[in-house]
Amino acid sequence: MHIEVSGLNKKFGEFQAVKDVNFEIEKGQLIGLLGPSGGGKTSILRMLAGLESVDEGEILFHGKRVNDLPPQERGIGFVFQNYALFKHMTVEGNIAFGLEVKKWSKEKIKARVAELVELTGLSGFEKRYPHQLSGGQRQRVAFARALAPEPQLLLLDEPFAAIDAKIRHELRSWLRDMIDRLGITSIFVTHDQDEAIEVADQIMIINKGRLEQKGSPWEIYKNPQSPFVASFIGESTIVDDVSSLLGFGEAAAWPGTKALIRPEYVEVGKPSDFELLSATAKGRVRHVHFRGSEWLVEVELGAARLVTYRSLEKEILHPGDEVQVLIHRAYLFNDNDSWVMENKLKEDPMPVHI
Amino acid sequence: MSSMLQGRWWSWGFRSAVMLYFMVLIIFPILGIYGQSLSSGWSDFASNITEPLAWKAVLLTIRMALIATVVNILVGTMSAWVLIRYRFPGRRLLNSLVDLPFALPTAVAGLMILLLLGPRSFVGQLSEKLGFTILFHQPAIIIAMVFVTFPFVIRAVQPLLEEMDAAEEEAAYMLGATKAATFWRVILPNMLPGILSGAMLAFSRALAEFGAVVLVAGNIPGKTLIASVYIFGEIESDNTVGATAVSVLLLTFSFLILWTVNYVQMRRKGG
Repeated sequence: MHIEVSGLNKKFGEFQAVKDVNFEIEKGQLIGLLGPSGGGKTSILRMLAGLESVDEGEILFHGKRVNDLPPQERGIGFVFQNYALFKHMTVEGNIAFGLEVKKWSKEKIKARVAELVELTGLSGFEKRYPHQLSGGQRQRVAFARALAPEPQLLLLDEPFAAIDAKIRHELRSWLRDMIDRLGITSIFVTHDQDEAIEVADQIMIINKGRLEQKGSPWEIYKNPQSPFVASFIGESTIVDDVSSLLGFGEAAAWPGTKALIRPEYVEVGKPSDFELLSATAKGRVRHVHFRGSEWLVEVELGAARLVTYRSLEKEILHPGDEVQVLIHRAYLFNDNDSWVMENKLKEDPMPVHI
Repeated sequence: MSSMLQGRWWSWGFRSAVMLYFMVLIIFPILGIYGQSLSSGWSDFASNITEPLAWKAVLLTIRMALIATVVNILVGTMSAWVLIRYRFPGRRLLNSLVDLPFALPTAVAGLMILLLLGPRSFVGQLSEKLGFTILFHQPAIIIAMVFVTFPFVIRAVQPLLEEMDAAEEEAAYMLGATKAATFWRVILPNMLPGILSGAMLAFSRALAEFGAVVLVAGNIPGKTLIASVYIFGEIESDNTVGATAVSVLLLTFSFLILWTVNYVQMRRKGG
């Protein structure tokens, strides 16, 4: 389903939950609404579903305005955060519900339920009640139930929030595969950036009711258009005085500009580790944390404190060690503007030709 | 080791105390009534129980209690719904008033009905014009029973409604169910265990009601004399065996209901 939203606004009392949101979604895409809790993601989802009224703006499905269409008539599948399975019905009953209220014939319902049970890997659990299932199974029932009436759009509200970390990973890729296979347009809400990056074709970053940026995960990572997006995606530290960092002296031309530096922009090591020693500054290791698959190193560089990763294969650093620090790039921003700046000293100042 | 022994002694002591309490307060009196009813032999018991006035009193009680229960199921479920789902001024006051019939002496409830529905009252005159009398007739018995058992269904349904996830309803809408279909297929099944157990309790309480009914029923044997008032009358006229025979009937009935309630609740917890 092709979706177009323009000038969307929603207030709950005095609280502006959604502010002037515009976007367009192509058929078949998997979209992640990402943002901090209470930022308005769920409100947008619920307005698309028709569970919340629209104060201002338009929602168009296939170019047709659906603002006043009740949820029953929108043809949308919705997976709720806590699944909201019908407790007094079996797995089969839950999946069949949407078909029964649509007055499908008995044989068609039976066939469709069997198909979905098969698809979601719930064979053998048809007669169980929701409280007899594990979290992951319940999630799959909710998914099957939402898909049963063949919706054109699938909305998922924090679909993995109530599942423990290990199974969450499996379910994510399962969901991704499933949606790919069915080719159904889907929008899911999450506050977990890993989840959005891993699953979504396109991410929409929502903060304080506004759509901050829309794009593929890579685009958003590479080219954040606002300081909020830059700090929300990936890990980072903010440095107030950028011009003091080696290689970023030119930043002094823009007073009041701060830098956001990601761990992967920073390299630490012994002088022999670097080809261009002139681009590195001396720093001191403050802390090292073991992260399971790598070291997280906190390093002090003048007044600034930076964070970086270090491979487990390399020599182990200890707090107090003196190291060379190379900053590849920084994301600079001030009140009006934001841009990415490369380390000027990395371009060899005196190329030697032999 | 000694502390464990102490713990064991404690638990044994507690258990025995509770058992004894139950025995003295509940089990012995019940056994006493069963024993007393058979004290002058089976034939006496049978003749007491087949006494037409006794039978009629028991049947009338059951019939009246059933009607009162049905009224309570409908009104009680509706009241619970309104008290939980709607926000209006005075809701909290209404909600606290629900328990009033529990707190009020039933004789006071009887008196209230007597004054409210008597022949000289507005309601009494209105019903007179419509061609039926409330006071000292069967409607008065039903009204008294409904009043004293009013809280049961409400209080049993309220927590279920409160606990119900609003998303369950929304899920039904998203799947295309109308409001009516959602009510019948999703909300009502959620409330049903509460309605059933509330209704059972209300029914057994209505069977047992004395204070409110005795004031308003008129107590005409065979017509408006209910079982508890019949038992009272038998005691007054010194026919203990007759009183115990009817008591046994009521008691057995109450037991069956109580057991059913427990069964329903167990099933709810289990499934």
